[in-house]
Amino acid sequence: MDMIITISSGFFLLIGSFLCFSGAIGLLRFPDFYTRMHAVGVTDTLGAGMILVGLMIISTDFLVFAKLAMVLLLTLLIGPTTSHVLAKAAFHNGLTPKSLSNQEKNNKEISSSNT
Amino acid sequence: MKHIISLFVTLAAFWLLNSGHYSVLILSLGFASIVLILVIARKMDVVDHESQPLYLTRKIFGYHLWLIKEIIQANITVVKHIWLGKKSISPSLKKIKISQQTDMGKVIYANSITLTPGTVAIDLVEDEIIVHALLYKDIESLEAGEMDRRVTLLER
Repeated sequence: MDMIITISSGFFLLIGSFLCFSGAIGLLRFPDFYTRMHAVGVTDTLGAGMILVGLMIISTDFLVFAKLAMVLLLTLLIGPTTSHVLAKAAFHNGLTPKSLSNQEKNNKEISSSNT
Repeated sequence: MKHIISLFVTLAAFWLLNSGHYSVLILSLGFASIVLILVIARKMDVVDHESQPLYLTRKIFGYHLWLIKEIIQANITVVKHIWLGKKSISPSLKKIKISQQTDMGKVIYANSITLTPGTVAIDLVEDEIIVHALLYKDIESLEAGEMDRRVTLLER
């Protein structure tokens, strides 16, 4: 039983670390502010969630479990609120998102549907 | 009245789970602080259906399960595109019509959009929401209205 708990907790922690790492890579790789925010969204939701679930599985005390659950709930409430505030502030101060690739794609679709 | 009871139960559970000490002195101090909070909240006139949305209780759990499934799927997509690089993404910005009537429904919908990686709700004006998405496909699936329909069902 102990073995199963340790292994599953380690599995969740590993996945969570990989997702956080991917979020960081995305932050460096993506071209502009808005797309970078999407990369951080991964760290926000499933990255932090998986790590907390892994810790919850391994915790022996009910109080520790409850506190981790509270941290998870608060993260899921605060994450979207802060990203929305950031995006709104950026948008209202005139930062326009790069959507060149999208326009090219649309043009391609239009031209392909014409032919 | 039921909003005050609900706030009391929430605060008491929060206090008990955070404290972990159950002697009579500590418990009575905790009770006193909860009552003080209730009095202050009552005077500030913030104890109502907006801060304690009890009418959501029955349906919200099913919606949360569905939302968790959506979040996991969206995470997989975004991580895939992070590793594929910036050539594979198609960032786009669009106004989307929403069908919710109440403020609570609108906020739940906007927050769900932002919570799902790959889409961020930027602004909410009347019955339109400005959404920025990592992939144009995501905007199309929002316009198809699966999430919109589910949030509207919560309102009743």
